[in-house]
Amino acid sequence: MSSVTDSAPPKAAIPPADAPKRMLHFHVLRHDPQDPVSIPHFEVFELEEAPGMTLFIALNEIREKLDPSLAFDFVCRAGICGSCGMVVNGRPGLACRTLTQDLPAEISLAPLPAFELIADLSVNTGKWMRGMSERLETWVHSLGQEVDLARIEERMDPELADRIYELDRCIECGCCVAACGTARMREDFVGAVGLNKIARFALDPRDQRTDQDFYELVGNDDGVFGCMTLLGCHDVCPKQLPLQTQIAFLRRKMVKAGL
Amino acid sequence: MKGSTTNAPVSAARRLRRWPARLDFLQSATGLALGLFMWVHMFFVATILLGKDVMWTVARMFEGYFIFGRPVYGLVSALVATIATLFVVHAALALRKFPANYRQYRTYRDHIKEMKHEDTTLWYWQVVTGFALFFLASVHLYIMLTRPDRIGPFESADRVWSDLMWPLYLVLLFAVEFHGGVGLYRLALKWGWFAGDGHDAAGTRRKLRFFKWALTGFFLVLGLLTLAAYMKIGIDHAPFYGQHYVPGAAATTGVTP
Repeated sequence: MSSVTDSAPPKAAIPPADAPKRMLHFHVLRHDPQDPVSIPHFEVFELEEAPGMTLFIALNEIREKLDPSLAFDFVCRAGICGSCGMVVNGRPGLACRTLTQDLPAEISLAPLPAFELIADLSVNTGKWMRGMSERLETWVHSLGQEVDLARIEERMDPELADRIYELDRCIECGCCVAACGTARMREDFVGAVGLNKIARFALDPRDQRTDQDFYELVGNDDGVFGCMTLLGCHDVCPKQLPLQTQIAFLRRKMVKAGL
Repeated sequence: MKGSTTNAPVSAARRLRRWPARLDFLQSATGLALGLFMWVHMFFVATILLGKDVMWTVARMFEGYFIFGRPVYGLVSALVATIATLFVVHAALALRKFPANYRQYRTYRDHIKEMKHEDTTLWYWQVVTGFALFFLASVHLYIMLTRPDRIGPFESADRVWSDLMWPLYLVLLFAVEFHGGVGLYRLALKWGWFAGDGHDAAGTRRKLRFFKWALTGFFLVLGLLTLAAYMKIGIDHAPFYGQHYVPGAAATTGVTP
């Protein structure tokens, strides 16, 4: 079983500059679903570890020096875009935020499950997120009001704005969905990302939807009542979103709305 | 419908959609009641460790002996029937969460293996022990429901030893303590109990996990000692199988109270 917190991977001590460099072995899951003869398999790449090396840097090095056909996603390299989510030694995480020094020399990399595989480590999280977003209507609903972009927005209490912003930090990387046992078993489950969005809009005074309206969206076994509080989502979230408390908050709110 | 706050009659469809909330609440409420009962029950059963007279007094108390001047076994049966009802409702509601087919089961097993995540793994064992309880707890509840007159220092010990119930009770003890302990821990996280303002959710979870294991350990030790005590009494009392315990009259059985 894992450590007490379950959240952060154990931090390795920073090796001294003159320490011998490790040889890392990357076991990368390779598969191209578009290729009818492609069979999923692990391919091993060997690299010498460099100081401050992230998985993102390592993957680029593999692609530049060892295999240009290796497919993986990235955009920002700074944990903001959420593109480089993958399963690292069994746990979902962002390649750009994972230092190789925190990992053993044998590193397995696999695409995030629960999402459509594009090739190798590249998955179509965007398609899943769009579907979820449309299903849960994750945008501000200003009912009966003309949207006037020239008008100055209503003032908001800074503390409330901070609370909304805290939840809005979600980058839709998909790690929470891949880490969720419920989402893995039941593909219609909206996942922590969806529930967090609803919690975010439920806080927002600009969104005029009532709790009853939110209940219509997540008051079912594919929504908040499907959550079994396994908390894999909370423990792997690369943005450390307070998913544990937000899902509990939403559950209490939705039970109140539904009873 | 969005944002509607009218007092129009709730449609049949909306009423139907309210059931998931009710079922979720009911699953938690029955689980909480059963979990707390499990701990209280263990304390009552464990009074045998304080002596046969103490256990005899507790057993008679539940029969209303000290109010009516005679044992009213119907009171015990009514309590057991209430617990059995909670148990059946909880089991039926919990079934909704079980893997529905082999694919789901296999997926979850693989997920556990990959993730190595304690709360994910604990859920699997919660399902396994819950499944075992369908059978183990049902046997115990049925006996208690139909033979409430057979609860007492000798009566229970005879059941444990001479009626060969101790193997079932041994497995039941581990299943119920594990299932209940994890269940109560998960309930606290699920509803955000003890979370305060939510700023130290990780700390709350760490403490809850510590208390969960500590309580499970405590009740397992207490349960094992209690079971051993009943087995010992049962062995000694085997020649007098069926004889009721009478406080102060134990010398006639050759068994020390």
